[in-house]
Amino acid sequence: MTPLPSPPPAAIRRVPFKDRLPLHWLGIAPFLVFVTLFLILPTMYIVVGAFRSVDGGFTFDNVIGLNTASIRSAYWISIKISLASASLGCLIGFCMAAAITLGGLPKFVRGPLLTFSGVASNFAGVPLAFAFLATLGPIGLVTVFLKTNFGLDLRMMGFNILSFWGLTITYLFFQIPLMILIITPALDGLKREWREASEILGATGPQYWRMVAFPILFPAILGTMALLFANSFGAVATAIALTGSSLNIVPILLFAQIRGDVLGDPHLGYALAFGMIVVTGVANTIYIVLRARSERWQK
Amino acid sequence: MMRLSAWAALIFGMLYFILPLVGMAEFSLKMRRGVYSLDAYAKVLADPRFQETFSYSVMMAVFTILFGVLLVVPTAYWVRLKLPRARPYVEFITLLPLVIPAIVVVFGYIRLYNTSSWLPLTGTVTGTNILLMFGYATLSLPYMYRAVDTGLRTIDVTTLTEAAQSLGAGWMTILGRLILPNVLVAVLSGAFVTLAIVIGEFTMAALLNRPAFGPYMQLLGANRAYEPAALAVIAFAITWACMGLIQLVARLAPKPALPVKD
Repeated sequence: MTPLPSPPPAAIRRVPFKDRLPLHWLGIAPFLVFVTLFLILPTMYIVVGAFRSVDGGFTFDNVIGLNTASIRSAYWISIKISLASASLGCLIGFCMAAAITLGGLPKFVRGPLLTFSGVASNFAGVPLAFAFLATLGPIGLVTVFLKTNFGLDLRMMGFNILSFWGLTITYLFFQIPLMILIITPALDGLKREWREASEILGATGPQYWRMVAFPILFPAILGTMALLFANSFGAVATAIALTGSSLNIVPILLFAQIRGDVLGDPHLGYALAFGMIVVTGVANTIYIVLRARSERWQK
Repeated sequence: MMRLSAWAALIFGMLYFILPLVGMAEFSLKMRRGVYSLDAYAKVLADPRFQETFSYSVMMAVFTILFGVLLVVPTAYWVRLKLPRARPYVEFITLLPLVIPAIVVVFGYIRLYNTSSWLPLTGTVTGTNILLMFGYATLSLPYMYRAVDTGLRTIDVTTLTEAAQSLGAGWMTILGRLILPNVLVAVLSGAFVTLAIVIGEFTMAALLNRPAFGPYMQLLGANRAYEPAALAVIAFAITWACMGLIQLVARLAPKPALPVKD
């Protein structure tokens, strides 16, 4: 490579000196300063705070302190909601993506569905909660429709939008489109030759799916599921707008803790936030590792 | 058989997507008893708090986009030109905001930049606004960086830079008049995603106590019945418009003349 002039600070210096002291990285210094100050340091502060006692020493007490009935149940409900919305989102999203890629639907369906998925996966937060309140809430469209036309009272049947299932159904609105967006390229990557080869060798349709297609898609599906899990675990706005503070889940608890120290111990708040990072961190690591595996087939 | 189940899956899914949208639109029209009317919209649009918070959020979005472009374009360019080996690491950093929940990041801000710290940003209104803008910039970093980096892939950065340099261009000229116009489409699509994110954002603005659109919507939702549905329709229209503009911009983009090389 021909030697290019370095950034201004280095340009004045003589070439041999520049060789000894690499100054190329100075070009991304502003970026590094920014992410350090406004992404890494704030996060580190929380993580370190989770392991620091009131007098500044190292301690596990805060993390151990999370083990109370109410915090444990908050994590448990959060994990259950995330698991339910991630697996249902995966299942439904997969079926829809399979329908537009392999199901033999007319071509004009595909483009609009993918565009819509792009919009819907971004339509989260407060307005999404309003949309579902207007649909499945006490006087929502579907609730009233079922009551007047079929005599079905959702409330009497035990359904409540401000509950586990209500939140799960609402989260699905951005989970399914995200799944469609991520899994469609993977489904496109299934080569027709594989199917033909397996048919020549005498495989039936289900056998092809079980022994060829599914093993190839498995890392992609599982990885996306991990991503969806993290996605709903960290969702704050939708949950707060939908349930106020009536549902005891981790993001709402942390929000209340930051606002007004409801736990009565700032360091317990750090530990709570640290727990969130651990859960989303593990889920995202699974996603990254599995995505790398699944991309081996997409060349 | 196959096609039948494909249609079934699609229709079931679309029903699930369309019902809440219909529900929200229908509900927003029901403010006046017995007839459909636009009363809820009129009420929302006439609310001075709506106008204040909405324009505040739009302003924040504009500043976030400007800051994001100034930060991301030179960085992505420099990494491609001089530090190709650092690319995976920089890319990893830009993806971190998807891993670390926003609520945790803003929690760190509040503790790190409070009035008794070395950089008391939350002490003044301007400081808090700047802090919030930085927060938004981190939220949009994954989308912005990805868009710009993809845009840079379609041009031959090294050759263009050398050509410009042999004609006597400095770094500012290269970035402003050569690189930026070439990745403008990518920058715009990143900008529209940022706009969509910032306008509806709730957590950071609420915890930093800024009068943004997200917290306003939440407050209205807790106190009113029909107006929130009207707001949701407006918010959905904005998201839709942002995504539509991305598609439009991408379609109008000139096709890369140079062979694509990674």
